[in-house]
Amino acid sequence: MQGYLIRRILQLLIVIFLALTAVFFMQFLAGDPVILLLPMDATFEEIAEMRERLGFDDSIFVQYFRFVSRALRGDFGQSLRHPQTAVQLVISRIPATLELALIAVVVSLLVAIPIGVISAAFRGSWFDQVAIVVTVFGQAVPGFWLGIMLILFFSVTLEWLPTGGRGEFNNLILPIITLTAFYAARFARMTRSTVLDVLNTDYIRTARAKGLSESRVLYKHALRNASISIITLLGLQLGQLLGGAVVTETVFYWPGLGRLLVQSLLNRDFPVVFTGVFFIALVHASLNLAVDLVYLLVDPRISYD
Amino acid sequence: MIGFFIVLLVILSSIFAPLIAPADPNQANRPNRLQPPGTPGHIFGTDQHGRDLFSRVVFGSRISIFVGLVTVIIAGTIGTVVGLFSGYFGKWLDSVIMRLVDVWLSFPFILLALIINAILGMGLRNVVITLIITGWVIFARLVRGEVLALKNLDYIQAAKALGQSELKVIFFHILPNVFTPIIIISSLQISQIIIAEATISFLGFGVQPPTAAWGNMLSDGRNFLFNAWWMATFPGLALAFTALGLNLFGDWLRDTLDPKISK
Repeated sequence: MQGYLIRRILQLLIVIFLALTAVFFMQFLAGDPVILLLPMDATFEEIAEMRERLGFDDSIFVQYFRFVSRALRGDFGQSLRHPQTAVQLVISRIPATLELALIAVVVSLLVAIPIGVISAAFRGSWFDQVAIVVTVFGQAVPGFWLGIMLILFFSVTLEWLPTGGRGEFNNLILPIITLTAFYAARFARMTRSTVLDVLNTDYIRTARAKGLSESRVLYKHALRNASISIITLLGLQLGQLLGGAVVTETVFYWPGLGRLLVQSLLNRDFPVVFTGVFFIALVHASLNLAVDLVYLLVDPRISYD
Repeated sequence: MIGFFIVLLVILSSIFAPLIAPADPNQANRPNRLQPPGTPGHIFGTDQHGRDLFSRVVFGSRISIFVGLVTVIIAGTIGTVVGLFSGYFGKWLDSVIMRLVDVWLSFPFILLALIINAILGMGLRNVVITLIITGWVIFARLVRGEVLALKNLDYIQAAKALGQSELKVIFFHILPNVFTPIIIISSLQISQIIIAEATISFLGFGVQPPTAAWGNMLSDGRNFLFNAWWMATFPGLALAFTALGLNLFGDWLRDTLDPKISK
């Protein structure tokens, strides 16, 4: 177990290093920001002077090592459009994104797991058929359009809820519905198909033959074994959400990481973009590790020795 | 089967757009702006420049279908070739490619697409390039998995024992057997790609106005939510309808072509 943990942490470090390298090359391809920093009428001499002062004339290797050593000290440079550093800006947006992501995932699971289990248990029933249609729609409707339609209905027509922003409970409702529609559909489909697989196995037949009640068979025996795939999907989706629900945050003017990154891209504020991207890669890699460790708790058959 | 008819309808309307659309999608008519649906000559109403919304929705299907098809064909081909080599030759090649795929998939797809698009610059061609760069990995991973399952089967061993070259084994014996999953995943990927293009254009990257694309029409529509509900409604309906058709078609293909994985 200890050996496994050390190996996984080493892998995590390698992924972080790869992500840093990828970010460096993206920055390199995006071009240097000198032109953006200087006024429109800057002369060639001024541009050349600034390039030299900021180190863009050095060789790619020198630039790379300087970038990595600064990054390891938590220095990703200054935002080109805001007074803060890129790291400060990204950190300031994390609470909003975290709030939205966690609530969306919890609500999605609360909606999806019962639907998936009931659909599987009563396969072919009217409930199952309605659930299938709803989940197929939930996955086909583009999130940003659903968001706009919700604003149109609840904010513009009925005037019940705000069109966007953050602060009060009311601000949360529409973004959460938008995110839940998609994620709950995905979780429910997955829960249904894994529970169906499990229900066909011998040990479930045994549990039934022992005379256990159907709900006990479903929730104690079947769902427990379906939980591995649900946890895997959960880890992946949470990673995506923590990376900023880019589109949902933009539609609802939610001041999170996703919206910050879209705005920074439109403003070509690349230091902020790449800091955000690096942060996301970090979160994703850590979540992968966390998911693998949670397996140990859920499934006694898995061991990493 | 419903999926098939929806897809057919969208493809036909993109081919025959000039015949179906009653007006030129870019013909501005200022006095006629923001007319509601049902106005004579404008069943979907008009937009902020007085352009006929129905014509714009019909012409918008061209962008979506074009981006969807071209991207899937090119990304699918690249991904398939990479997956074939990665799975067949294994060893270090496979490790390197699969780590690359892992890193690629660890960024939120839409964010990666936005960054690439911001670096390449906007416009239709660059959206297609962006989506190819982000899209090939899914195919590579799928094909690689299939190849791993196939390559130790007797008929492949037999072909090798008969002295066929590696390339011949890969392209004549393995490739035909991974075709079915590739076709299935392609039809499902097209809907993802079409939504991705609309999302990118909606956020202000990608296809730029005045070209009629569903994504940038929705972006316009969002700015006029309080006085012209139709501008955000109809392009989005068209997009959701197309995505739904493609998903249903993909599910149907999977159930029909591959009884193993249908449930």
